[in-house]
Formats: sequence, C-alpha cells, structure tokens
Amino acid sequence: MVGTRPFVAGPFAHAGRSTPMIMAWVMIALTPATVFGLGLYGWPAVFLFAVTVASAVLAEALCLKLAGKSFTTLQDGSAVLSGWILALTLPPWAPWWIGAVGSVLAIVIGKQVFGGLGQNLFNPAMVARVALLISFPLEMTRYVAPRPIFGDDAPGFLDGIAVTFGFGGQVNMDAVSSASLLGHAKTELARGVPLSETLSHGFDLAQLVFGTTVGSMGETSAVLLLAGGGVLLALRIVSWHTPVALLAGILVPGMLFHLIDPERFLSPLVHAFAASTVFGALFIATDLVTSPVTRTGQLIYGAGIGVLIFVVRTWGGYPEGMAFAVLLMNAATPLIDRWVRPRIYGRDRKGRPLTAGGTR
Amino acid sequence: MKLFRIKGGVHPAERKDATKDKTVVAGPLAPKLYLPLQQHIGAPARAVVQAGDYVLKGQVIATAAGPVSAALHASTSGTIEAIGLYPVPHASGLKGMAVALVPDGKDAWCEPMPPLDPDAAPEEIAKRVAEAGIVGLGGATFPSAVKLNLRERHSLDTLVMNGAECEPFLTCDDRLMREHTDELLAGVALMAKALGVAQTLIAIESNKPDATAAMTAAAAAYPEITVRAVPTRYPMGSEKHLVHTLTGRETPARALTADIGVVVHNIATAFAVHDAVVNGRPLVSRILTVSGSAIKTPMNLRVPLGTPIQALIDFCGGFTETPQELLSGGPMMGQPLRSTETPTVKGMNGVLALLPSDTRRGPAHACLRCGTCVNACPCGLLPFEIAAHIRNGNFDAAVEAGLMDCIGCGSCAFACPSRIPLVQSFHHAKGHLSAQQRIAQRNEEAKRLATAKAARQAKLAAERKAAADAKKAAAAKARAAAAESGES
Repeated sequence: MVGTRPFVAGPFAHAGRSTPMIMAWVMIALTPATVFGLGLYGWPAVFLFAVTVASAVLAEALCLKLAGKSFTTLQDGSAVLSGWILALTLPPWAPWWIGAVGSVLAIVIGKQVFGGLGQNLFNPAMVARVALLISFPLEMTRYVAPRPIFGDDAPGFLDGIAVTFGFGGQVNMDAVSSASLLGHAKTELARGVPLSETLSHGFDLAQLVFGTTVGSMGETSAVLLLAGGGVLLALRIVSWHTPVALLAGILVPGMLFHLIDPERFLSPLVHAFAASTVFGALFIATDLVTSPVTRTGQLIYGAGIGVLIFVVRTWGGYPEGMAFAVLLMNAATPLIDRWVRPRIYGRDRKGRPLTAGGTR
Repeated sequence: MKLFRIKGGVHPAERKDATKDKTVVAGPLAPKLYLPLQQHIGAPARAVVQAGDYVLKGQVIATAAGPVSAALHASTSGTIEAIGLYPVPHASGLKGMAVALVPDGKDAWCEPMPPLDPDAAPEEIAKRVAEAGIVGLGGATFPSAVKLNLRERHSLDTLVMNGAECEPFLTCDDRLMREHTDELLAGVALMAKALGVAQTLIAIESNKPDATAAMTAAAAAYPEITVRAVPTRYPMGSEKHLVHTLTGRETPARALTADIGVVVHNIATAFAVHDAVVNGRPLVSRILTVSGSAIKTPMNLRVPLGTPIQALIDFCGGFTETPQELLSGGPMMGQPLRSTETPTVKGMNGVLALLPSDTRRGPAHACLRCGTCVNACPCGLLPFEIAAHIRNGNFDAAVEAGLMDCIGCGSCAFACPSRIPLVQSFHHAKGHLSAQQRIAQRNEEAKRLATAKAARQAKLAAERKAAADAKKAAAAKARAAAAESGES
C-alpha cells in the first residue's frame, strides 16, 4: 500500500447517502399515489405511464450517446424520475404520443441541452408540461372521471389500448370526458355564474383529499401524496421550507380574497387540495436542481410559487398554474441564490472581517 | 452557563466503542526509531548529535531553530545510527530529514530537568515548555511555548482546553482524561498561570460522560477551572467554533482567537506540560489510538516518538485484511500515510486502518445543487459553488466566494450525496494559489532588485559624470588661470 495509489484527500468517512439513493427514495415516496392513480383511471393510465417513463429513459440514452458520455449516468435514476413525474401530471387518458413527446421535451430540451443532471435551469417535467399544454390544449385538458381499473365501467385491456394508442377499438372521448373542479369553476365564472351556484351542492372535500375525483394521473390523492412526501421530509431528502412556504403562498391570499368575495374567489380548502397543489408542493417545487440552495432562499422561492399559482388560478387563462409558477420561480432561482447567501463565519454580511471587539 | 449555537456541522458515526473502554497500555519498543526533525509547524529542529553518539532517553538530539520551532529529545536510550532522509508522515510520501536511533533496550533516562517552583513566573513555565519540545498534541503541532507567550501581545482572559475529541474512532484524549485526571488539571492550571488568564474552560463533547464526570470532580479543587460538556457535533474541536460555542465570541476572519482574548490548547498538551514542569521530563512519548475495522485488536497505546507504525499495527495483532486507507489522525481531517515505515510523531493522535465499510467511498455523481454542503458548512460557505469555480479554473472567483475562509473540516464532502471530492478541490486551489503567490513574490523581489540596481547604476553614472565635469571645470579653470598668468 505504499505510494502507488493516487492521492486522495479526506474525509475518509461518509454520511452514506448517494444521488441514486435520493432518486430511489423519491420514487418510493411517489409509489402510493402512483399505484392509486393507475388503479383509479385504469388501463389507459397504465399504458400512458409506461410510455412516458420508457420514452424518458430512451431520450436520455440517446442524448448520452450523442454527447459521447457514459451510460453509467443512466443509473442515477433521474431520467426515470423525470418521466415518472411528468406522467403523473398528464390527463390519465391522454394519447400515447403526449407522453412520448413530453418525455423527449423534458429530457432533451429540459435537461440535456443544459449539460445534463444538475445543470438545468428549469424543472424538466414542468418544461414539458407547459410545452404540451400550449401545443396540445385539447388533449391536455381532456380529463375523465375515475373508472377504477377492475370496476364495471372501467375500460378493459383492449379498450385501454384503444384509448391510449388509438387502435383496436373505438372509445368516444367526448362522451367520457369530464371537467376538473378548477376547470369547471373557471368556465362558469367566465360566464358570470357565481361560485355559490356553480358549487351549489358544495364540493366534496373528502373526494379532494382522498383523490377519487377528476384530475391528472397521480395528482389527486392528497392523502397518499402527503404520506409519501412525509417520508421524504422525515428522511430530510427535502426540507420543509419550500412546501410550507408554497402552501402559505396560496392559502394566505386565497383566504383573504375568499373572505372579501366568496362568490368570485374559491375557498382556500379548494386551493389546498384541488389539482396539483399537494403534488407540486412536495414533489415538483422541491426539485433539488432547480430550487435555491439556502433555506431562506427556499422560503422565498416556495412563497413565490404559491402566490403565482393563486394568481394564475384566479385571474389567468388556465385553470391551474403550478407549471407556470414553477418555471417562473426557476428563472428567479439564480437571482435568489445570489442575494440570499449565508454569512461567512468571521465576516459581516458584506464579506468584511468582523472587528475583534464588536462581537463581545 | 449558557452555550452558544454554531451553524452547520455533521454527525459522523462515532466508532469510538472499539477503544473507549481500553486502558492505555505501553506500546512496543521498536528495533529502530526514526525521529523526524520537523514534527511541528515552523522551522525544522537543528540536530545536535552525530552518527555513533550514545544518547539517554530525554537527552536533546535537536534544538529549536528560530522563534517558531521545537526541540527534539531521544525517546529511548541507544545509539544514533544516522541522520538522513527517511519516511516521514507527509501526504506526498516524500522522505524527510530524521534521526535514526537504535535502542539499547535499557530505556535509561537522562538526569531530569529540575522541577519548577510551584510559584514559578509565567515566562519560566513557557521556557520549560519550550525546552521540553512540547507542541500542540491535538494534531496542529504548533509550538506550545509560543502560544503560552501570547500574553505578551494580546490581552487574554480565557484559556480553553480542547477535550472535544470530535473525530470518529479516536479515544486517546478520552482515556487520558479518565486515567490521568489529576495530572491533567495540574497541567491546565500551569498553562493558565503561564497565560495569566482569569478563567479556564475545559470543553468535552457530551459523548464522553465518564471523562466529563472525572474532570468535573477533580476540577472542584480549582475555582478558576470549569469543565463544560459541549454538544457532540463535528467539527466541535475546531478552535474558532469551540470558542464560539463556549463564549459566544466570534473570531473575525483572518484573525486568531487570541485577538478576542481566548487561547485554545489541546487537553493532551496539558499532560505533557505537567510532566515537563513537575517531573522535569521532556516530550518523548505520546498516547494514540490504533483503530479502524482493519485492525485486529484496536488499542490505546503510549508510544515512544519515532516508533514505526508497523510496530504499532503488529502490536495490535496486525491487519484483519488489507486496509483501503491508512491514516494518521481521524477520518475527517487525518492524513493518508503512504508507508507503514512512517514513524510516530508528536502530533499523531491516531493510526487508523480503514476498510471500504469505514470510508464508504463511492462513485462521484453530478452536483444536484441540493444544498446539503451549504447546510453542513460550519463557516457559512457555499462549498459546491467554490468547487465549481475551481473546476473552471477560476481561482479568483473561488477566493471571492470564501475559499480562504474554509477550515478544511470536510463536513461538506462527508455529507455530499454526489460524493464530490470538495475538500480535495479546495486543497488543490489553495496549493495553486500559494504557488502563484510565491511566484508573484519572487517577481516582485526581482523587480525590486532590478529597480534598485538601475537606480544604483544611474547614481554611479551621475557621480562619474559629476566627477568628470568637476575635473573638466578644474582643468578649464587651470587653463584659464595659466592663460591669464601668461597674458600678464
């Protein structure tokens, strides 16, 4: 053992956590909500999920090959995770090419053109989601009511193939499509119908919390998402700062405006549990690469996303604003990281050494 | 009394169970000892013996060379074989000057120095510490006498004795505090006296309750000494952070703790001070921990300085399997040893033979900007950002981002899930910058010499011209005078 090894500096100990392990934990945390979503929306969701994740991995492999990089970086699991998260934000009965195009956008445009994992400025899954939403508004807003996989009104395996891949059978999408709560409220408000009439028989809070409602593939079950997110928080893979600030960013203005005019502004409970609030707060906004590195920075970032979501939902043209809000705050992240820096030990905030007497 | 919170830090697995309940035993006497002339920060000691000389244990074999240096003593009786280049503990693996001593097996002491008077003056204590060749035994190896003389230049009020022992595996300070409590406290009191401070705080991490209890009980006899348990959090033993935790005072960047009135010494140093002042014995041995998963029987040993670590490993039953890493010091800040022929030196508090299960080394991945390093850094730095600047060769930006404020504790690299070699990158940049600084200094010096030479030459030329002009003027005057006298 003399002198032949390359020189390595310490430390010669490690906390034991690794990047692939982090990715694996996020996937484990996503599993309950994913399984629930796939079950809730049946075979089409299963097919779309498989296509989306597989496309992400293929796109990653292709980029690595083109860049002449080693395939070993595929093992870090980040491509699977990007595809996975994107799939969960899609309408569950969207055609297969939505998933495929989305994954290619996420991996190629969202990540690899910046130089791969860790280099991207924007959340890859959200880049893809916004691009899809703008390019294919019809497919991206056609939601269906839950049809649990082995239930009576659920499409069978072959019908599922017909829905996702468009052959082998006929399913009239218009007949099955259904509006999400936020979408419905927005359309009716635009027609001048007050919320008290739109939600005349109220909204079912239990449905929103447990997720047996109209929505994206994996975003509906607040309870399962919170369980998974709780695991990540407990393991300190994500810190609480971004999710808590994000929720506060939605709920504080949500509460205020609802108190001012409940006919025009949705209840903060709807904001908290509808659409992608919980999913976004725990799994999207907390993306390590595209969020600030300091805890104070994460508070600003999370709050910014929350407020922007509220603004888009309330006054924007789209019923949901998670993806837009995340991308906008991603763009602000370098600025936040520049402004919010920890104070260097022994120096003041401006970087000048402290004076010896000053701190006694 | 209140403790103050510091930012950052990590909790490495302590791994102290292997040795913390093992009494310190006398280590082996190796067939040959190698005593490097540089076992301290500062100028290497100057050898005062020659090959063939017979020396007694404790006899001076090298003297301090300059104000920041330390004397060296024979660690056993025997014959000097040679003074030359031998393996020394340095990460480069390069050899260094050392005295090779062949023990005669008698281990015969020389006449001890006369014990100092109990009310000896501070300077006498410091002088004795210097004569005994004592350096900081926590691993920093700064000559202790120089630090004891800080009272001359700073107004000091507090002595902090560092018994934190925050590195995993190491238990030698723990054992010392439990086995030699009274000598330690007497040594601490001597150091406090030498420094002239009003209060002394002995800091021990909370994972050493036995040591804390023993020291607290013994400290009852000393009203000005207080034992404080500090949280178990690496790097609690970092001088500035320990002082902050105990006193709430923050050392300014680029300053010493002495600038805020505090001096920190390692607890093991107090034991050596006691031995030198009370028993008249110089520093010829030290206690260290031999541990790590690759060591068959981990132990705490009292070892004569200069003992090749192979002898220590053999004494501890040898390796269970070939270690992945052999270290001097703890796993967080220890230095890799390139050879088992490397001798034990004053600052070596541990010899660790680590297996992959200890180091948990793994492949590096891309930086996720996850901020783990930012939260781990006790100095308020953004390690990932500094490393990125360094990777791009932008050393100025790295300095701007605080590279020089990094204490090299390794918390960031320990925590990094992508296993990016952050500390290695910082070492590389610091080395590069100090090389650049040396070049700049040399250029500056060359420029200064060239300018001085030009000025000297110009002055010389001017003088010559003036002399020539004067001569010419004198000649002209003489000619004029001659002409005048001719005319008349």
